Amino acid sequence: MSAYPKEYRNPLKKARGLGSAQHGVSHWWVQRVTAIALVGLGLWLVSLVLRVLHTDYATAREVVARPWNAVLLIAFVVASFWHAVLGLQVVIEDYVHTRWKEVALLMAIKFIAVLATLAGVLAVLRIALGA
Amino acid sequence: MADTRRPLSPHLSVYKWQVQMVTSILHRATGIALSVGLLLIAWGLLALAGGEERFGHFTAFVGSPIGIILLVGWSWALFYHLCNGIRHLIQDGGYGYEIVQFVRSSWASIIVSVLLTAAAWAYVLTLGAAA
Repeated sequence: MSAYPKEYRNPLKKARGLGSAQHGVSHWWVQRVTAIALVGLGLWLVSLVLRVLHTDYATAREVVARPWNAVLLIAFVVASFWHAVLGLQVVIEDYVHTRWKEVALLMAIKFIAVLATLAGVLAVLRIALGA
Repeated sequence: MADTRRPLSPHLSVYKWQVQMVTSILHRATGIALSVGLLLIAWGLLALAGGEERFGHFTAFVGSPIGIILLVGWSWALFYHLCNGIRHLIQDGGYGYEIVQFVRSSWASIIVSVLLTAAAWAYVLTLGAAA
C-alpha cells in the first residue's frame, strides 16, 4: 500500500450540485406572487394618486398618513421594487453577454432597488408617524 | 473554428409581423420603463416627507411639460404591463394558448390599456380638476 486514495467522496456526491442551482423556481414563483399582489396594489396606487393629484401639500400628507394608506404604500414599494429587480435581472441576463458587465449591472440594480425601497419605506413611516 | 456560415438565430428578417411579438417586446419595454418610474414614486414620497418646499420641487417637475409627457407614457406603460401581466398570469394557468385566443388576448391587452389610460387622464382633466 504505497499511497492513500486521494479522494474518499463518492463521485455522485461531487456531481450533485454541479447542475442547476435550484433557484430558478423561486425566481419564477416570486415574480408571479409579486405580480398578483401588484395587480391589486397597482390599481389602488392609481386611485390614490388620482385622489391626491389636485390637493395641496397638507392634504396629500394627511392622506398618506392614514394607517391603511401607509401600510398599502409600503407594501407597494416593497413588492414593486422586488418585482422590478426580478424582471430587470432576466433582461440583463438575456442581453448583456460580457460577464463582468452583466454582474456589475445585476449588482447595481439590486443596490439601487434596495436603497430606493428603504428610502421610500422610511419616507412613508416618517409621514405616518408624524416625525 | 466554428462554422460562421450557419444561419443566425432568431431569423429576425424572415419573421412576418404578428401582434404577439409586439405584446411580448412591449411587456419588456414597459417593464424597464416602469422600473425607472418607480424611482419617481420614491422621490415623490421622500419629497412629501421632506417638507413643503421639497414637495414643491417635485410637483414642479411632475407638472412641467416634460413631466406631463413622462406621466402619460408611464401611465400607459403601467396599464399595459398590468393588462398584459394578467394575460400572462392566465397563460401561466395553462389557458389561452390557442392561436386565435393568443392573438385576441394580445389585442385586448393593447386596446384595454389605451382605454384605461384615456379614462385616467379624462378623470384628471375633468372631474379631478373640479374637485
